[in-house]
Amino acid sequence: MKPVVAIHKFTSCDGCQLAFLNLGETLLELSELIDIVHFAEAGPVDPTAHADIAFIEGSVSTPDELARIQQIRAQTRFLVSVGACATSGGLQALRNGANMEEWIGAVYASPHYIETLDIATPIAEHVKVDLELWGCPVTSRQILAAVRDLLFGVTPAPAQDGVCMECKRQGQICVLVTKGAPCMGPVTRTGCGALCPSFGRDCYACFGPAQTTNCAALARRFEGLGLMPEAIARRFLFINSAAPAFAEAAQAAGGLTKARTPK
Amino acid sequence: MALADTRFLPRERFQTLLDALIERGFRCVGPQVRDGAVVYDTVTRSSELPVGKHDMQGPGTYRLEDAGHERMFAWANGAQAIKPHLFPAREPLWSAERGGAGSIEFTPHSAAPEAVAFIGVRACDLAAMQIQDHVFLHGPYPDPGYAARSEALFFVAVNCSHPAATCFCAATGDGPAATHGYDLVLSELDNGFVLSAGTEAGNAVMAQLELDATTPAQTQAVVAQGEASISAQTRSLPSRDLRDALFNNLEHPRWDAVAERCLACGNCTMVCPTCFCHAETEEPTLDGHATTHLREWDSCFTTGHSYIHGLQVRADIRTRYRQWLTHKLGSWHDQFGRSGCVGCGRCISWCPVGIDITEEVAAITGD
Repeated sequence: MKPVVAIHKFTSCDGCQLAFLNLGETLLELSELIDIVHFAEAGPVDPTAHADIAFIEGSVSTPDELARIQQIRAQTRFLVSVGACATSGGLQALRNGANMEEWIGAVYASPHYIETLDIATPIAEHVKVDLELWGCPVTSRQILAAVRDLLFGVTPAPAQDGVCMECKRQGQICVLVTKGAPCMGPVTRTGCGALCPSFGRDCYACFGPAQTTNCAALARRFEGLGLMPEAIARRFLFINSAAPAFAEAAQAAGGLTKARTPK
Repeated sequence: MALADTRFLPRERFQTLLDALIERGFRCVGPQVRDGAVVYDTVTRSSELPVGKHDMQGPGTYRLEDAGHERMFAWANGAQAIKPHLFPAREPLWSAERGGAGSIEFTPHSAAPEAVAFIGVRACDLAAMQIQDHVFLHGPYPDPGYAARSEALFFVAVNCSHPAATCFCAATGDGPAATHGYDLVLSELDNGFVLSAGTEAGNAVMAQLELDATTPAQTQAVVAQGEASISAQTRSLPSRDLRDALFNNLEHPRWDAVAERCLACGNCTMVCPTCFCHAETEEPTLDGHATTHLREWDSCFTTGHSYIHGLQVRADIRTRYRQWLTHKLGSWHDQFGRSGCVGCGRCISWCPVGIDITEEVAAITGD
């Protein structure tokens, strides 16, 4: 029997689900190997189906999502959170330091229709997560590698080194050393293939913290490059602001809010 | 023509050297400017070389500038030279495919040797290659890919005339002049190059160019330039075996101080021309029917490097930096009979936070 797979969406932009859809023909090959029972963006809808593997995209940001993640955990054998929102709270966790009522009032014409939690949190804050795939968005390569490993019956081992390793393997020129660009590569988890540096741009840490980081040292380097404390904090508080390593670095750099981070 | 003979190649005839090598079936790989740094890639025209460029290097910084002259090799080095060619950053070693009745069939990936002529490599790069040769070729299991690639190389070395502020090859004894390991060696002067050959193959290429003998003034200029590029080096490393000095100081407070600064990003090891650590990974096909076994550059600064089942041997940055330095300059002597540092200074320039190996060594050993 083929393993049953469900792909659930929480608060997110749907971009990580595209890592499945963008597979093209490979998606057909994948569907020979697994049975996708729930994938609203692609067609099949069965949100309460039991699954061997569930991929969760998005953060927990609404009261409804609090209940839904518990239910999915209960009906799932192996739960994988995919993307920045699911692994660290994502871009929307930037609101965690703000006054929710004030913001909702400023943004929406009819604020009373908006039901939201005070803070946006990663999936692992609510239920046991068996595997995290970081990235904004995740790549098809990450998804396929994880599925393949699970089909083999082994625990997937996603990349955890810094972007610099991959950047140097590719022979890219370091934008920090040659241009003084505030590149986040030294503290960011690889998986993107050093995409931004390969186009001469500084990494903005969309894959979250690498397994070993020294954010304080990189922040001091940014200071040396002439960045003001608030600018340094913003380098860490962009896509994965609630990831503990980045949140701490931003607070230490100063110049920014007392962001609320998950416990 | 005897091997010791020197000849003069006028600047405007440099192309004839490239042409002679290309004619002999070599792909010329030489320096050129890309994204603000010197990189090595295929060259066919001398105009592709970094004409008139000079590099300004310091801890954590590298800038190319226009020097206002016509020289092609008036820079010290870029992040890489020979290493990525002989020891590729990612290389498939073998594939495996499921056969019938539960069998598995293995196929080695053998690299077809390609004749490559490296143009403009430096003494430090050649010294580093000798060390890597030791690692990959001289053990009980020579690496077949590395061996195949190294058999088909031709080296046109350049004696370094413009060491960077990060260079200290004079202290390690590996430069700035190339003394061995090349087929041809050039000294660049304002109007051309003084050539001599290190092998019969180099001699044959030089003879084909039909060059004039060098004048005493040219010879003198080469000597003076060589002396100047030694005295221009401001950094140094003690030339003695640092093994005991390092291993007697494993609890020196300086290791904590450097760990405060070190990002554990691995850049120093990636650009180090002698670092050879690698990891092996699988790339299975989606249907699980076949897999490709890859080798890729790894680093003693990564989390996985010191992981053994259930245990991370070097969990913090302090022990990783200490591992790198004590191996490179200490236990390397036991393993390979010399230090693992050739004084190229790349680890200083390409460290994003500018950690200086010479400064750390001085602090730890008290030199």
